[in-house]
Order: sequence, then structure tokens, then C-alpha cells
Amino acid sequence: MKVTIDNITIEVEPGTTIMQAARQIGPEVAPPAMCYYEPLKASGGKCRGCLVKVTAGSEKDPRPMPKLVPSCITQVQEGMIVENTINEQVLETRKGIVEFLLLNHPLDCPICDQAGECHLQDFSFEHGVSKTRTVEERNTFEQVDLGDHIQLHMNRCILCYRCVYTADQITDGRVHGVMHRGDHAEISTYIEKAIDNDFSGNIIDVCPVGALTDKTYRFKNRVWFTKPVEAHCDCDKCSGNVTLWYRGEEVIRVTGRKNEWGEVKEFICNTCRFDRKKTSDWTIEGPSKVSRASVISANKYGANTIKPAFPIKQAAEQYKKIDDNRDRSFLAPQKQLN
Amino acid sequence: MKILTEHINVPGIETIDVFRKHGGYSAVEKALKKMTPDEVTEEVKKSGLRGRGGAGFPVGMKWSFLAKPEGVPRYLVCNADESEPGTFKDHYLMWKSPHTLIEGMIVSSYALGANTSYIYVRGELMYVVNILEKAIQECYDKGLLGKNILGSGYDLDLFVQPGGGAYICGEETALLESLEGKRGNPRNKPPFPAVKGLWQSPTVVNNVESIAATSWIVNNGGEEYAKIGIGRSTGTKLISASGHLRKPGVYEIPLGITVEDFIYADEWCGGIREGHKLKAVVAGGSSVPILPAELILKTANGENRLMTYESLSDGGFATGTMLGSGGFVVMDETTCIVHNTLTFGQFYHHESCGQCSPCREGTGWMDKVLHRIEHGKGREEDIDLLVDVAKKIEGNTICPLGDAAAWPVAAAIRHFRDEFEWHIRHPEKATQKGAVFMREGASWTK
Ligand SMILES: Cc1cc2nc3c(=O)[nH]c(=O)nc-3n(C[C@H](O)[C@H](O)[C@H](O)COP(=O)(O)O)c2cc1C
Ligand code: SF4
Ligand code: SF4
Ligand code: FES
Repeated sequence: MKVTIDNITIEVEPGTTIMQAARQIGPEVAPPAMCYYEPLKASGGKCRGCLVKVTAGSEKDPRPMPKLVPSCITQVQEGMIVENTINEQVLETRKGIVEFLLLNHPLDCPICDQAGECHLQDFSFEHGVSKTRTVEERNTFEQVDLGDHIQLHMNRCILCYRCVYTADQITDGRVHGVMHRGDHAEISTYIEKAIDNDFSGNIIDVCPVGALTDKTYRFKNRVWFTKPVEAHCDCDKCSGNVTLWYRGEEVIRVTGRKNEWGEVKEFICNTCRFDRKKTSDWTIEGPSKVSRASVISANKYGANTIKPAFPIKQAAEQYKKIDDNRDRSFLAPQKQLN
Repeated sequence: MKILTEHINVPGIETIDVFRKHGGYSAVEKALKKMTPDEVTEEVKKSGLRGRGGAGFPVGMKWSFLAKPEGVPRYLVCNADESEPGTFKDHYLMWKSPHTLIEGMIVSSYALGANTSYIYVRGELMYVVNILEKAIQECYDKGLLGKNILGSGYDLDLFVQPGGGAYICGEETALLESLEGKRGNPRNKPPFPAVKGLWQSPTVVNNVESIAATSWIVNNGGEEYAKIGIGRSTGTKLISASGHLRKPGVYEIPLGITVEDFIYADEWCGGIREGHKLKAVVAGGSSVPILPAELILKTANGENRLMTYESLSDGGFATGTMLGSGGFVVMDETTCIVHNTLTFGQFYHHESCGQCSPCREGTGWMDKVLHRIEHGKGREEDIDLLVDVAKKIEGNTICPLGDAAAWPVAAAIRHFRDEFEWHIRHPEKATQKGAVFMREGASWTK
């Protein structure tokens, strides 16, 4: 089937979604995905970050689709024409989606373990605006432990449902889910039950934000100071193929391996994730391929792919706002220097 | 002309014997013994009957889209979740005359080839569930439900399922999820229920009133039905009239009477309550745009506005609205539009399922901004902010609840912007108890 995305035409299998077709073309035209996760059946359609414009439905019926469509769950038709990065309405809507996702999201990136590998950070960096229009108080939830190894910061959750599908599809018996409705909905376990099974740790890997974090890694380091290394072990529960995250000589975290879209290639068991933290537990394969756009690569390449214009502009704007006559009485009195 | 409510006040009409004495279940006799399922569908098509649940999609056409693969069951599901603020007609019909709905269910299920059908009732209406179950039992006892109905060879089992009390479960795919025992989250479409509905099988979801109307159509023919009404708005419609009226209540009107007649004629609502004037109307349930007095009585071209799908939507959203589910909420000059918009805003905030980000976050945001304006903490830029948030929700969500939350806010600002500005600029006045802005020269200003 032929489909054209942002003026690039590609041949794909019937049943391919617009998202998958765009990913085949490459990251330049691939829509952002905050909820869709290819390894998980039924994921997608929720965050609306991937909405695109279909300007021609198919060769047979070339009428445009009236509304923007979620590219992650919309299948391509022969001769379909799609606009993503070249469509004003799409970009404008996406700005709105960023704004919605950040509306109740705490600005606690400096103390969040996900910072640096957070899809919401990437999404807002690439598609958001620097100004916030909200003056409302954010909704807040209690922080809770879901069993021994996993902590839930509900404040950070964007309700992508990935962890729910993960628990449904790769563990036996899901004991957590979404309770309540609307912006008061929250991830919760069944009557405060602990999540306890061999594959529960994978919900940490699929979480796009820092809502589900690994308690064994908590506050150990920032991701950009760590070095990812591919390794495997002989495991009787899972494939044993993992990424080890080193700080100096020490393994401080174990995760599943991810593809270029941030999706886990193979889910791993809790023993590999939480208990095998010595280099001697593993056969090392070599350093992981790190995307140039990742914070881990920042300052490591001669030509950094991150365009500095945006942060500089943002910094300048914020800087201007600092009022010299602001109240300083809260500052400790300066000691007189003799 | 009464089709659904002709005998509604007959004592004992909720029992099968009295109902039958007044012609009840003759449509079942006729359809099952003398007509093929396709013939029933054909009559419904000819009648021009449109869905009474809100969207107004032609019922016969919806039925003809039902996929019919071999060996796969088909289902009819009656949407009796009725939770739209301002709408209470299905409730009234089921409570007073449960057999009217059940007769329609049998006829419609027969037309669709469904052998199992469901009535999904709003969770708060447990007593209606009991009324329906009693009536269904009577039907089983008289051979109108179960195996080989009236010796026709057609089998039908009918179940009543109470919901958990969520507005979103009125959205047809959320309803199906809930009916399957899951969390009532709307599904992404396609696939549509006609192809993959209940338990992944082809399913038709119709409103109580839509289904109830089919018995009369079978008895009298689609053409007879189409003679009532105007143009593509055929038949009668139950209107839930509430607010500052002399005679609020549920009325069965022939589509096509003027809005003015409906509000003021003694036959219908009898006018605005003593000593007050009409200010605004929400004509089709809380989801549709509010219109000020002059635009609800006359279209922008100065024509009389009629109680039809077409006339109410004349002028698009700029100057028109929608018939929706027929929840007709009338407000006089004592009504503060900002307060009313906040009330609706709170409702959608509370009822959003929270699956998709524009609706989940947007409804909460609008509620908070409206709350500030209402309580004297509004900022000048809040009005445009609300318009923009509404615009960013509209059309970008999984189900129409997002639109339903955005439209009332956008419309209130479109037609009553001065009232929002007054709240923001004169918070000390606006926050006084019962304070309402009076627009200079408006027909409702005294
Ligand atoms: C949020 C929401 C709530 C709804 N609630 C109801 C309802 O309570 N009753 C109803 O009949 N339709 C309701 N609908 C419309 C249904 O999705 C569906 O269109 C309707 O039941 C189809 O029946 P009809 O074609 O006979 O109108 C609702 C839709 C939405 C988006
Ligand atoms: S906890 Fe994480 S994975 Fe689960 S729904 Fe929230 S954001 Fe998604
Ligand atoms: S529009 Fe609102 S109610 Fe509908 S699916 Fe999205 S969040 Fe749920
Ligand atoms: S990635 Fe498509 S809607 Fe979230």
C-alpha cells in the first residue's frame, strides 16, 4: 500500500498504522507517542499527542478526514495522504496537548528519577511553548509504594494506561488499574494490594514519565551521568537481555533494552531487574547505542543535535522577568564583611 | 398526536393486561407473524425516525449497517442511561409505561435478528429497574419473551442491567464496556458497534425513545409516521421541559411546532413563570449551545424557530443550537449565565472518564477558571483562555463528551460575553447573593 506522509511516499503492508508507516520513514516525520507502545496490544488513542491531518482518505475516496486522527491507531489506506509536521493545525493542536499534559504535572524534574529520559520532557521541549497560561493549583495525590520495589508518584502520571496493559498482558493477574474518573482518576492497586509477581517491574520501563520508579535506583544518580551497557545472563524466567546502567564501576540500575522509540524490546523479570546488580552477574556485550538527541549524548558530540535557540530564548525571557525590586526580606541578613 | 404517551396516564398501564387492553403488543403479533425482519427494517427506514439519544442519526439506516456474519450473534442494546442534565424523558416513559419500551425491544430485536437484548439503565434509577424486571417477567409468563414467541419460532431473551451511575456510560461504546463488566471507558472508533460491539459482535445501540417508537411504526406503517413532522424531522418527540416555566414536565410534541408555541401555549409549557421574562434556553440537554431569547424564538434570518432538528440547528453554532436529546431548559432574567455555565462545567469535569488528555485536563481547567470568575477572582484574559481551551478540546477527543463539555462554555461566552466581563470587572457586585447582570436594552431586562 502506498501512503504519503509529509510529502514522502512509502510502500507499507496493509494493516499498518499511520504511526508505523511514519516510523518506517524516520524520526523526522514520526508523530510523538505518549501512550502508544507497540509491544502492548490495545495501547494508544488516549494522549492525542499523535493527532495528524489526513488530507486524502484514500485513492478511492480522496476526501479529507474532517477531524484530526490519532495516527497510532488509524490504519493507512491505499493512496492516503497525511500531514504531520507540515500542518499548522496539527502543530497548534499538539501545543495544546502539551499544555494539557503539563497542566497538572508537577515541575519537579530536578528531583525526578525520570528526568533526562522522560518522554513528557521531550514532548514538551519539542512541541510545547515556554509560557504557561494556567494559574490554577495543580491536583495532587499521595505518593505510594506499590510493593517492595516500585514507587508510584501519581502527581506525575499522564494516564497513558501502558502500565495497565503491561500488567494485563505479561503478568498473571493484574492487581492495579485506574480508579475514579477525569483528572481525579488515579492509578491504584486493588484495595491497597501490593503488586507482587515476577514481571511487575516492567511497568517502570513502560511508564513514559516518572510516575513509576524503581525504588532500588531512587535518587542514586541522574541519567546523564550514567553509562548504559548491553548485557545478558542465563535466566530461567526471562530472556536475560538487559541494559545495565553504570556509575563508575557500579551497576546502579537494570532495565529492559529499548528501541529507538523508547519501547522495551523484551520484557525482563524482577530478579534480573532488582537483584542482579553486580557486574559478575552478567556477560557484557558492549555499550548501548545512545541516540544523539539523548541527554546522555549532550556535549559528547562536536555538533550537538539539540538546537540551542529555544532554551536560550526561554532563559532570556525568564531572566527579564526577575524583578530587581522584589521582596528580599526572606533572605538571611548578609554578614557585613570587614 | 400522541404515539408514546397516549395511554400513559391510564391506571394500571404498567401491567400487561391493561397495556394489552389498550392495543399493547399488537405490533409484536403483527411483526412476528406477518412480517419478515427486513420488512420491519424497511418500515422503520420509511418512517424517517431519527435517534432520540442526541445525535439524531436515522434509526433505519443504523439498522441496515449492522454486520450479519454467519454464526455470530447480534445484539440490540437499549440505552437507558439518561444522565444528561436537563433530560428526563426516558425515565418518565419507563417508569409510567414499561411495556411501551419492551414491546419496541421485541419488535426491534426481531428486525435485527437479535436473540439476546439488553436494557442498560442508569444506576440511580433502581426502582425503574424493578419496574422493568416485573414487566419483563409478565412477558415471559405470557409467552411474549423466551423461546418461540407467540409460536412464531423467534426466540428472545431480554435482560435489564443497571449501570453504576456514570454519565459517560451513556456513550454507546462506554456502555458496551460497562455491560461487559469493565470500566466504562469509551472505545476508539472504528470499529463501530455495528461491526464489533458487545463481546466483539455486531450490535445496535438505540435510545429508549427510538426503540419505543418502532411498535407504532410497525402497527401503522412508516409512511403514516413520516406524515407527522416537517421534512427530515418526522414523528413525535418527548421533550423534557424544565426551568422557569409555568408548567415544566415531559411533553410529547409533534416535531415542527414553533419554539414560541412550545414555551408559551397553554397546551404545552404555558409560558414563563408569573412576573418574569424569558432570557435564555438550552434546547437539547446540557451539551448543546445555549441561546438567548431572541435567537431561540427566531432564527438569525427572522424566521420562526421550530422544534425540529433542522430549524434548531439553523445558523450553525454561530446563531443556532441542536435538538439533542430534547432536554429543554428555560431560564428567566434571574438566571446568572456565568453561574449556569459553571454548573455545567462542574458536571463535565466530574463526568469525564479521563482517558484522553484534552477532555481530562480541559474539563478540569475550564471548571477551575469558571469557578474563579464566578467567585470574583477572574482575570480579563480568562474569557479568551476559556474559548481557546474549549477549542483545543473540541474534535480532538475519543468520544463526544469532550465536545459536549466545550460547546456550552463556548456558546455562553459567544452570546453572553458581557456577563462574564461584568463578573470580572465588578467582582464586588457580581459575588453578592442573587446578583445578575442586566444587559441594557435586552428583551428580558426590566
Ligand atoms: C457522553 C455521552 C453520553 C450519552 N448519554 C446518552 C444517554 O444517556 N442516552 C442515550 O440514548 N444516548 C446517549 N448518548 C448517545 C449514544 O452514544 C448513542 O448515540 C445513542 O444511544 C444512540 O441511540 P439513538 O441513535 O437511538 O439516539 C450519549 C453520548 C455521549 C457522548
Ligand atoms: S503510571 Fe506511568 S505507565 Fe501507568 S498510566 Fe501513569 S504514566 Fe502511564
Ligand atoms: S472525551 Fe472525555 S469522556 Fe470521552 S473518552 Fe476522552 S476523556 Fe473520556
Ligand atoms: S500516541 Fe496516539 S494517541 Fe497517544
